[in-house]
Amino acid sequence: MNDPLVIAPILIPLFAGALLLLAGPGMRRQRAIAGAAVAALLAVVLLLFADAAGGAVASYRLGDWPAPYGIVLVLDRLSALMLLLTAVLAIAALAYACAGGDAQGRHFHALFQFQLVGLNGAFLTGDLFNLFVFFELLLLASYALLLHGGGAARTRGALVYVVLNLAGSSLFLLGVALIYAALGTLNLADLTRVLSGAEAGAHGLVRAGALLLLLVFALKAAVLPLHFWLPRAYGRAAAPVAALFVIMTKVGVYAILRLFGMVLAEPGGAAGPVAGPWLFPAALLTLFAGALGLLASRGLREAVAYLVIVSVGTLLVGVVGFSEAGMAAALYYLVHTTLLTAGLFLLADLIAGQRGGDALQPGPAVRQSRLLGIAYLLGAMAIAGMPPLSGFAAKVLILSAVTAPAVAPWAWGAILLSSLLVIIALSRVGTLLFWHHSAGRRGGRAGALTLIPTLSLLAAGPLLVLFGESVSGYTQTAARQLIAPLDYMQAVLGPARESAP
Amino acid sequence: MALLLAGVIGIMVACSAYLLLRGESFPVVLGLTLLSYAANLFLFASGGLALGGAPIIGAPGAGEVDPLPQALVLTAIVIGFGMIAFVLALVLRARGDLGSDRISEGQGRE
Repeated sequence: MNDPLVIAPILIPLFAGALLLLAGPGMRRQRAIAGAAVAALLAVVLLLFADAAGGAVASYRLGDWPAPYGIVLVLDRLSALMLLLTAVLAIAALAYACAGGDAQGRHFHALFQFQLVGLNGAFLTGDLFNLFVFFELLLLASYALLLHGGGAARTRGALVYVVLNLAGSSLFLLGVALIYAALGTLNLADLTRVLSGAEAGAHGLVRAGALLLLLVFALKAAVLPLHFWLPRAYGRAAAPVAALFVIMTKVGVYAILRLFGMVLAEPGGAAGPVAGPWLFPAALLTLFAGALGLLASRGLREAVAYLVIVSVGTLLVGVVGFSEAGMAAALYYLVHTTLLTAGLFLLADLIAGQRGGDALQPGPAVRQSRLLGIAYLLGAMAIAGMPPLSGFAAKVLILSAVTAPAVAPWAWGAILLSSLLVIIALSRVGTLLFWHHSAGRRGGRAGALTLIPTLSLLAAGPLLVLFGESVSGYTQTAARQLIAPLDYMQAVLGPARESAP
Repeated sequence: MALLLAGVIGIMVACSAYLLLRGESFPVVLGLTLLSYAANLFLFASGGLALGGAPIIGAPGAGEVDPLPQALVLTAIVIGFGMIAFVLALVLRARGDLGSDRISEGQGRE
């Protein structure tokens, strides 16, 4: 099975990005190319998604080199879900940016496309080293996008972010080297196969390498002791950039799922559950750090950035047992939180523009207060987890998946308490934004190009409940495919190698 | 030889950790550079150490060495080099924008 369509989500933005660099400074032409590329990307991804939803695992071997030696891209249900999420976010962020934000700095559109190359590649790759390469690609694009628009605050936030991530990249290499030294392969499917038969001596090295990688992924996902960069970086980035960056923390979560949920979770594998004991306390503390940061934040965007941290904590509580139900619930939550926090970033920018400032203090009244107020109420209710919106359904799924008696009281307590803190903080913010007025200059009304992407992202709140059964059914099958990777291994290694010892 | 290489990598990582924890941009950039060199050496050694082997099977004379870590390290060097170049440009810009050489946010808050 060598399906060339699988590489299209990488090639389309790559060529579009290169074309955009050559296209010259004309904004209209740049927007047309970028828009066409993202539309084509969405079409291809929908096609792939429909394939993957049927349960088939597609793979593409570059240059048709046989499996454990060549570069391989794999598309299973989990990858397809992440690709679709990325494409939807990209369309919304791009439309919002085209309202004028993209003209604040050069090369916005090209960098945006390169960021998509890195994201799609990271979701598709079937090889640990290429995961590193695509991580670097998406990070390099993100460094430059973070600086888009300029200003001292952005430079300061970006410097911390870049230094931390470069140190993380070196740790990634160390982890990859340890795993290669122990097992002699980096292909994820081959690793899964080898790990079930590796002799006991190698497992110390594998465990050390895996924990180093966990550290790196936790840094990308902004888990507690490694989360300090996020509010500074996201809270200051331009709104469409921040909205796209919401998926970047989820790349960390995806990598954790892929490595620890699939490769190292092989039941016979003696590498065993290495991540759980570290991740669970970190997830709980992340929840509280995020909720407390939200209560203390002084700016609207900063508040939404802390919501991203809360969501990562909640996600990991679901992931951490690496059970089928837990991962399925976490994936449902992932879709919900990615779309809604991205929508809230855009909404925060609209509100800040109309109030004449991002600071959380009494300011001039929001011009379109009725529309934006309702949108804020909807988004806040959904993200805090109040019924009948998607956050409620997602949190119920996660809570009902965490049943182990040693873990459940902590998880339940932390999620419910942090939800309460989030509700308090968001209602305070909302009261301040829409009801406390003072004189001052107001911004102009928002146009359709900014309103439509914002509202459609926020509409995920009710939509994910209306179509809740099919979405959660999909995530259920995705988790099942992840936990029993026989299809994945066959798609990559071929049925002949499967039976070999 | 393995002990010597491990010691060298260890010293490089220790130096880079010390440099990274300094708050000024020049030591931090040096620390990042050293750390990426150490990681590259480590990656290079992950295929096993052998003297005089060619990375091609069937070469006359000496035995062969694992070619894959060499390919990996080549990629890693190129990426690391590009990243260091970017961070240097960023540090220079930060110096212009912020008027200070500090990485951390403590004192120079706006």
